[in-house]
Amino acid sequence: MEIKNIAPFLPPAILRNKKCTKPFKVKMTKQYLFLLSFLLLMQCASKEEMYTPIPYALKVPVLFADKLIMPIIPADNPLTEEGVALGKKLFFDKILSGDETQSCASCHNPKNAFTDNQQFSNGIDGNSGNRNSMPLFNLAWNFDERFNWDGKDFSLEEQALEPVSNPAELHADWLDVTQKLQQHSQYPTLFLRAFGSSTIDSTLVTKAIAQFERTLISGNSKFDQYLNGEVSLSAAEENGFAIFMDEAKGDCFHCHGSNNNPLWTDNQFHNNGLDRTFTDLGLGAVTGDPADNGKFKSPSIRNLAFTAPYMHDGRFTTLEEVINHYSEGLQPSPTVDPLMKRVNKGGVNLTPKEKNDLKAFLLSLSDLDFKANTAFQE
Amino acid sequence: MKKIILFFLMTIAFSSCDNEEENGMVTLKFTHNWNGTPVTNQDFNDLKFTNANGEKVSIERFRYLISNINIIDSKNYFLINLKDTSGTEITITDLQRGTSDLKFTFGFNDTDNLDGIYQDLNSVSFNVPQMLGGGYHYMQFDGKYKDNNNQDANFNYHVIRAVNRTNPDNLALQDTSFEVDLGDIKINNNTIVEIKVNIAEWFKNPNTWNLNELNTVLMPNFEAQKMMSANGKTVFSLGEVTQ
Repeated sequence: MEIKNIAPFLPPAILRNKKCTKPFKVKMTKQYLFLLSFLLLMQCASKEEMYTPIPYALKVPVLFADKLIMPIIPADNPLTEEGVALGKKLFFDKILSGDETQSCASCHNPKNAFTDNQQFSNGIDGNSGNRNSMPLFNLAWNFDERFNWDGKDFSLEEQALEPVSNPAELHADWLDVTQKLQQHSQYPTLFLRAFGSSTIDSTLVTKAIAQFERTLISGNSKFDQYLNGEVSLSAAEENGFAIFMDEAKGDCFHCHGSNNNPLWTDNQFHNNGLDRTFTDLGLGAVTGDPADNGKFKSPSIRNLAFTAPYMHDGRFTTLEEVINHYSEGLQPSPTVDPLMKRVNKGGVNLTPKEKNDLKAFLLSLSDLDFKANTAFQE
Repeated sequence: MKKIILFFLMTIAFSSCDNEEENGMVTLKFTHNWNGTPVTNQDFNDLKFTNANGEKVSIERFRYLISNINIIDSKNYFLINLKDTSGTEITITDLQRGTSDLKFTFGFNDTDNLDGIYQDLNSVSFNVPQMLGGGYHYMQFDGKYKDNNNQDANFNYHVIRAVNRTNPDNLALQDTSFEVDLGDIKINNNTIVEIKVNIAEWFKNPNTWNLNELNTVLMPNFEAQKMMSANGKTVFSLGEVTQ
């Protein structure tokens, strides 16, 4: 009876045991004795070296649970306490950058709802890209899983891969990064506990970071509390919400959620009339379809109090500028979204009071608890 | 003992007979056309269609809700999204074989059009604001047209339950969903039913639609919604049925 082919199916702890990895040739008469010994050995080894990570219970707001389908958690990267903690450590660790001066948090600061206050963030060499750093929250509810302003990356894991090596960002070599992590006093053990392997590679690093990012949930703004019947809105906030929902006024709800979609984004890609011609093609550069030129992801309008400047290129420094854009500043182009009303008149032409009220409503979606949550900070 | 064996055989015979009758399967395949010319998502974003009023029209977004397909014996609804080609077919299994009248509702009738209760529809932002009575869109059809000045202009042909907002504190709602009756179909173990959707009919019959007058902000327009509902009744027809 030849049973050496069993080896590929053994757990890593067994494979590391020299007694187990030798090829076995066992006579039929001794097979039961061998199997018994083998099972005992496996049980012993499991107790000593295998560790089962603890499942992480995602803290889903009641409103999300009531109104939305389940968040996306990949089957090959379930959330665990150990994985999330490791991801958090990596997210704040400057070891991921080429010269160890920046971390993910350098451009995705928890105090700014995980973005920064720059139009374009500077990488370790002082270079910058041409896109505004995106805030990070409620990412597990991005049901199509297309990330970045242009939807380039499919899955959070894939998204986390690129900034480490991007010359305008952390500008590191993944091989160097993983070697440094491998030689670190803590990381090999943390990876072993999170993923059952102390051999560190970019796949496991991005899996851990993605796990942490999926725990970044923002769902306790004043407006959430209003929907939960806990607080009242001011007259301006209430009127601002009505303008937001009124197809003849703001008509924001078609792209930016509503009381029934607490993400406050559709996570889809639109040309919102910023330009007549495009220097940045956005989604069009990803799909190669000219009909997608000038389209960028609708960002959530949660936490706008912390996330200026606004738009994919950070061109607007204030909310007033954003509202003025939709009210009077729309630019025509072949791909401008049909949901942009009265483009030939620049937009819906809100009154000053309507603009102020709309701003008051938008700010009611700011989640101070999210900003202050120590679980999300270094 | 003989009775037991007989009973046993009869049980097997009946259960196999049941399986035979209930293993019908139907795939409803929604195909889209513009007065007979096939339309797919490859035809989007191009002012290539002409409506009954003579206006050049493009399609950029076309998704609609159907509900209460009568051959399914429980509450049901489906969002058909022409942009997503995988979202234009519905397969129904475990049906009784035989002949059945095939009907469904376009949109939600008032019994089903309850605000915010369908998580999947909330998640794709298909809701209607509460100031318009809440519930859900029946259809979201967005695109561009050439206006009277030969300029590109946007339209949002959004079909919802009609609402008269003369008194905003006391909305007058009118259920403008409608039943589509495709007639008898024979259900076999792999029946494919084509349901033809002539998009041009939304602009055509009985109301010739003038996009220069009715283009955007149609959701709160009570009269426009009633006209849309009337035009929708000739949009759907039975196509090829294959066994």
